[in-house]
Amino acid sequence: MFDLDVRWQLHPQVALRPEPFGALLYHFGTRKLSFLKNLVMVEVVTAIGEHPTARAALRAAGVDDVGSYTKALDTLVNSNMLVRAS
Amino acid sequence: MTAVLPGRLVDQFELGLDAPICLTWELTYACNLSCVHCLSSSGKRDPRELSTRQCKDVIDELERMQVFYVNIGGGEPTVRSDFWELVDYATEHHVGVKFSTNGVRIDKAVAAKLAASDYVDVQISLDGATAEVNDAVRGPGSFAMAIRALENLSEAGFRDAKISVVVTRHNVGQLDEFKALADSYGATLRITRLRPSGRGADVWDELHPTAAQQRELYDWLVARGDGILTGDSFFHLSGLGQPGALAGLNLCGAGRVVCLIDPVGDVYACPFAIHDRFLAGNILADSGFQNVWQNSKLFRELREPQSAGACGSCDHYDGCRGGCMAAKFFTGLPLDGPDPECVQGYGEPALALERDKPKPSGDHSRSGGRKGPIPLKLLKLPPKKFCNESPV
Repeated sequence: MFDLDVRWQLHPQVALRPEPFGALLYHFGTRKLSFLKNLVMVEVVTAIGEHPTARAALRAAGVDDVGSYTKALDTLVNSNMLVRAS
Repeated sequence: MTAVLPGRLVDQFELGLDAPICLTWELTYACNLSCVHCLSSSGKRDPRELSTRQCKDVIDELERMQVFYVNIGGGEPTVRSDFWELVDYATEHHVGVKFSTNGVRIDKAVAAKLAASDYVDVQISLDGATAEVNDAVRGPGSFAMAIRALENLSEAGFRDAKISVVVTRHNVGQLDEFKALADSYGATLRITRLRPSGRGADVWDELHPTAAQQRELYDWLVARGDGILTGDSFFHLSGLGQPGALAGLNLCGAGRVVCLIDPVGDVYACPFAIHDRFLAGNILADSGFQNVWQNSKLFRELREPQSAGACGSCDHYDGCRGGCMAAKFFTGLPLDGPDPECVQGYGEPALALERDKPKPSGDHSRSGGRKGPIPLKLLKLPPKKFCNESPV
């Protein structure tokens, strides 16, 4: 399961495109597309590399319902969009 | 595609996006083949085709719009002398390229160059798992040409090429063979729906899968479709089973998430809708692609809620949403009624009624023009414009 207490970042080959409903993520390496379906999730993912932990990134975005966001972040890890920061 | 967080993406997509997800760009109408079902009626180059500079300007704009990748096609795009220059320019500008080819230019040297790039994907068109079935549609020698390209790519270490198959009455029984063929070259199989677009209008009646074959295709997709690409093109089949049994987005994306830029810079709602009825604008005449995508009257209309029309009372409407707009239009069916291949059987009686198939608004077929039957139907209404044909 997703580790909330370490630093994460977007894969360097991933681009994020804002959309009215959220954002699109595209991985140039795997050629896979993902959708972030709300603006809070976009805020979390955009800033996640700047926080020491994912938990801090969620807190900064004002997320209370950590559970569903953790699941969403885990999905991004499984598709290699999100990776552990070195 | 994966979606993060619950909610229906379909609802978002119906409203349209700031930029397309799936953009097809046909670089030329020139082609060394003359496939009977060519959706763009390709053959001869159009003298107005975009110059290298104009193509690079398009790429610059796509980069600004963050269109992550383009599907390049034609015609046969690799016959453009600046093709590789444009591919390099796109990938240097963060626009990934997937191009469709019949394989004519994929020799060993080209295959080696392609294998060295992370940002280029190659799709080889093949419409039969045997030369006999393929060449009947794509022309003599085309099977051997495609296989040679696949061999060259595989030997050069190019991973995960795509084999792109248009499913017809004659190859629907070969799906397992196509899969085995793809596996043998380390490639991925992609199958898509035959549309009555371009020259396809002339052969659709004889080539489109029968109702029994549609069922066979659906069952095959549900049972063996994992890892098979479909371009989400079979959503008209979704009424054959449980909602969600068929992977992908069950929605016509025309003008919402999909569009086509043709070789002269005309922008159409989808690659299967090359006709004045679905022309949104021109990137040269209308201040660039972004302006056409975001502001054209046609695209704005397509992003409005669409009427279910005659399909409104059908239990399966949520699954197929009336099917494919282009398939309806080019078979002369109303756009707010059933798809000609409606799996509930509403298409067949509609096809049996008197209908006026639209006249093509452009044709780049080589000498002799479109082959096949010449429709002799009395028009109820005069054509809207008499000068739609290109003067050149």
